[in-house]
Amino acid sequence: MLTSSEQLEKRFTLYKFHSIPDKAHFLNSNKASIRAVVGNASAGADAQLIHQLPNLEIVSSFSVGLDKIDLAKCKERGIRVTNTPDVLTDDVADLAIGLMLAVLRRLCQSDRYVRSGQWKKGDFKLTTKFTGKSVGIIGLGRIGLAIAKRAEAFRCPISYHARTEKSDVNYKYYPSVVELAANCQILVVACALTEETRHIINREVINALGPKGVLINIGRGPHVDEPELVSALVQGRLGGAGLDVFQDEPNVPEELFGLENVVLLPHVGSGTMETRKEMADLVIGNLEAHFLNRPLLTPVL
Amino acid sequence: MAESTDCHKAQQDCPKVLILKPIPFINLVGEQYFASNKFTFLEAYDSSLPLHQFLSTHSPSIKAILSSVGAPPITADILHLLPEVGLVVTTSVGLNQVDLLECRRRGIKVANAGSIFSDDVADFAVGLLIDVLRKVSASDGYVRKGLWATKGDYPLGSKLGGKRIGIVGLGNIGFAVAKRLEAFRCSISYNSRKRKPHVSYPFYESVCELAANCDVLVICCELTDQTHHMINKEVLSALGKEGVIVNIGRGAIIHEKEMVQCLVQGEIAGAGLDVFENEPDVPLELFAMDNVVLSPHVAVFTPESFLDLRDLVVGNLEAFFSNKPLLSKFGDW
Repeated sequence: MLTSSEQLEKRFTLYKFHSIPDKAHFLNSNKASIRAVVGNASAGADAQLIHQLPNLEIVSSFSVGLDKIDLAKCKERGIRVTNTPDVLTDDVADLAIGLMLAVLRRLCQSDRYVRSGQWKKGDFKLTTKFTGKSVGIIGLGRIGLAIAKRAEAFRCPISYHARTEKSDVNYKYYPSVVELAANCQILVVACALTEETRHIINREVINALGPKGVLINIGRGPHVDEPELVSALVQGRLGGAGLDVFQDEPNVPEELFGLENVVLLPHVGSGTMETRKEMADLVIGNLEAHFLNRPLLTPVL
Repeated sequence: MAESTDCHKAQQDCPKVLILKPIPFINLVGEQYFASNKFTFLEAYDSSLPLHQFLSTHSPSIKAILSSVGAPPITADILHLLPEVGLVVTTSVGLNQVDLLECRRRGIKVANAGSIFSDDVADFAVGLLIDVLRKVSASDGYVRKGLWATKGDYPLGSKLGGKRIGIVGLGNIGFAVAKRLEAFRCSISYNSRKRKPHVSYPFYESVCELAANCDVLVICCELTDQTHHMINKEVLSALGKEGVIVNIGRGAIIHEKEMVQCLVQGEIAGAGLDVFENEPDVPLELFAMDNVVLSPHVAVFTPESFLDLRDLVVGNLEAFFSNKPLLSKFGDW
């Protein structure tokens, strides 16, 4: 089976921008011929890049998040934008629950306990029951709803905060994130990253969640005021955290490495063979559709 | 005995409840939470006398036994030395450490942990499965060693949604696991001693057939003579190279040597194991594998489960000594 890069190379002339050492020189020489950009969660098409590519027609993102794309600029220039919704919803939701279980039941720590030979010296300690814990979800889109559905199977009462209350769900709505945090034991960030949601998890929210509360972030690193989060965890003002995303990936605050009440993952929310293939198929399918003048598969713009 | 009598104050001695080996659960909860005015514990392990002698000396007052996982089994031999025993209470759901036939013959009642552990054990099984498939513990370790920044992305995992789950033993725990995994879009089938009449999941007559038709096996059954080493090379080969096994039952249900070999040779894709044949010993070959998640028999280790178990153990003992029905009686005698 061909990798995404190989598939792209078969159909198009592919430039791997991230591995080009002198990007300015490259752009100068090639800007006129570049008609498409393939982005992902780390890099997309900001205003500067868009400005440097006069013949850019389409940005196809290998992600559902659009925070790395200057949508306003794309709209202004008539540039099409596509992403990869739905195909990764299950994997991200599965991982959110996996993080909850790993943090509350100390799965990673237990595994280390056995591997380091400590079990021979004595039993591990008690952890925290997951079934029945109240789960608060920020953002009740595709991913938020999928998380709710899974948590319900563990009899977790669900509450949420979103831009607007949803009339077709039975979950309790809170008009502010602080109120949501004060009324749940596990808080999950599942919304898109926009100007409004940057640092949506701040000191006030963290304090409201409290020393027995757990934060799960499967959104974007900038959703969280990271230094605040780190100090809260180190000081015990927050009970624990399961984090798949960080402010400055792949760099993770080292103060977290020694904590037993956190689980740290290298942005693997959609990281399965099955889902990455489906995402790649969507990226390529969208590009082909565009260049064949057919309707785009998953257009945003 | 009148139920309001505090046996500690009465002239006769309190009925004794025998404990053969320290019970970690009691220490973790705190001995004071097991105090009762109807009985007192008698710890055989505190004595310098050999066990048989100790039991013979105290047998007139030993009316019940509190048995736990890892302690010496309650055999017919031990029961013969204790003619006054009327009840065996265990801290586990499984009863493989109790000679049930002898208990039945003697009319000794048995009480186990009922269904109080189902939630915690099912949660743990799901947690182990997601961890194995999505490499949670492995990639957490990768990040903590600073390797994400230096070596790049971690290898991809495998999607849970759509996987065919085979539950081995559809009791309370197996059923709780099934209900949870259905929410992840998994399909469920099972093998049990008997087909369950009110269950719509497909039933397979043999564990091998079940393994051949699913991607994940979750071991939720009891350890008995029939299930000992039931999961062997044949079953694991049927499960296949993409298959994953999760064990929250008892280590000896799996032929551990053969499972380790299958993992070493890539005959199965991974394993999540909370139990082992000879705890706390764990086969060293597993330590080098990142497709295996190991835990030190902690599926029930939450304060909630332990307090529920405390209530059940004390409740069963007090009920027995008050001539009331047991809370979690096992068996029909």
